[in-house]
Amino acid sequence: MEVGNSFSQLDEAEGQVIEGLKARSQQPIADPDEWLEQELERNILVTSVDAIIDWSRRSSLWPAICFPACCAFELIATAASRFDISRFGMEVIRASPRQGDLMITAGTLTWKMAPQVRRIYDQMPEPKWVIAMGACAISGGIFASSYSVVPGYNRIIPVDVYVPGCPPRPEALLYGIRLLQQKVAKMSLINRGSSR
Amino acid sequence: MTVLSGNKLARQIEKVLPKAIIESSPQGLVVDKGFLLPLASYLKTARGLDFDYLTAITAVDYPDYFEVIYQLTSLKHNHTLVLKTRCYERDNPSLPSLVSLWRGADFQEREIYDLFGISFEGHPNLRHIFLWEGFQGHPLRKDYL
Repeated sequence: MEVGNSFSQLDEAEGQVIEGLKARSQQPIADPDEWLEQELERNILVTSVDAIIDWSRRSSLWPAICFPACCAFELIATAASRFDISRFGMEVIRASPRQGDLMITAGTLTWKMAPQVRRIYDQMPEPKWVIAMGACAISGGIFASSYSVVPGYNRIIPVDVYVPGCPPRPEALLYGIRLLQQKVAKMSLINRGSSR
Repeated sequence: MTVLSGNKLARQIEKVLPKAIIESSPQGLVVDKGFLLPLASYLKTARGLDFDYLTAITAVDYPDYFEVIYQLTSLKHNHTLVLKTRCYERDNPSLPSLVSLWRGADFQEREIYDLFGISFEGHPNLRHIFLWEGFQGHPLRKDYL
């Protein structure tokens, strides 16, 4: 059967991608924070340029869509009028990762979905940041020892801020966003996270 | 919706397919797997039964056997029946596929194939559905991990 053959080829290719990613992702990726300790090394001229650039970056963090599970509802609540993340310049949630700066990983990630999340992350332009939202995103949560769940997004992508909760309340997510903005404010043009 | 008594139905089936029913109770029927396909076909077409809709298929891993459970519904008569069958092999269990009778069996049989390793003979497209190609083992078996 021709259709069956092409399907099985697709299946095999998909299986190889997933197994390959799983084999490469046995250890967590270190959190990008190397610039946080380097403030004293900056010179005055660059710092004032940095201040403007960081101000514009942290004031317009646009989230890319990566909402694989139930934490997405808290994220939607955060984006809606009561909590309103547009107060932080973030109301533009675009379908294309090419226009995103920030990935809010709202939900459990399975190994089958992991290559797609990695691809979304790779498609986002630099500079980019990641907030791990919820217990599943931090460590796999209650599914941590499951056969199919990635134990934490930091196996796949580097994570900047962790927001605990199952799910986190919108206030907690907003606090995480504020922390990320403080982190972005300390970035410098010279020693920006180059390890990603 | 009426839940049909397995005891009553077993006596009716005995006349058509003798020895097909292993156990019957008010809750449902347990059928010998060799008779699964003819019995299912009978339940689908027999006058007064007309099970035209397969609500769900699920499986259980018991210490001695796998039990596969079919929940049948007749939209015409508004009644329902639980049909079970057992599979005693652990290494290479197999059952006849019911896709030829109810198309809804397709994905659910693939799911059971994926998670329990029971292969359904006669299934048109028995591939992984949740897990990926190359995944070792069957996670819903009690001896997994």
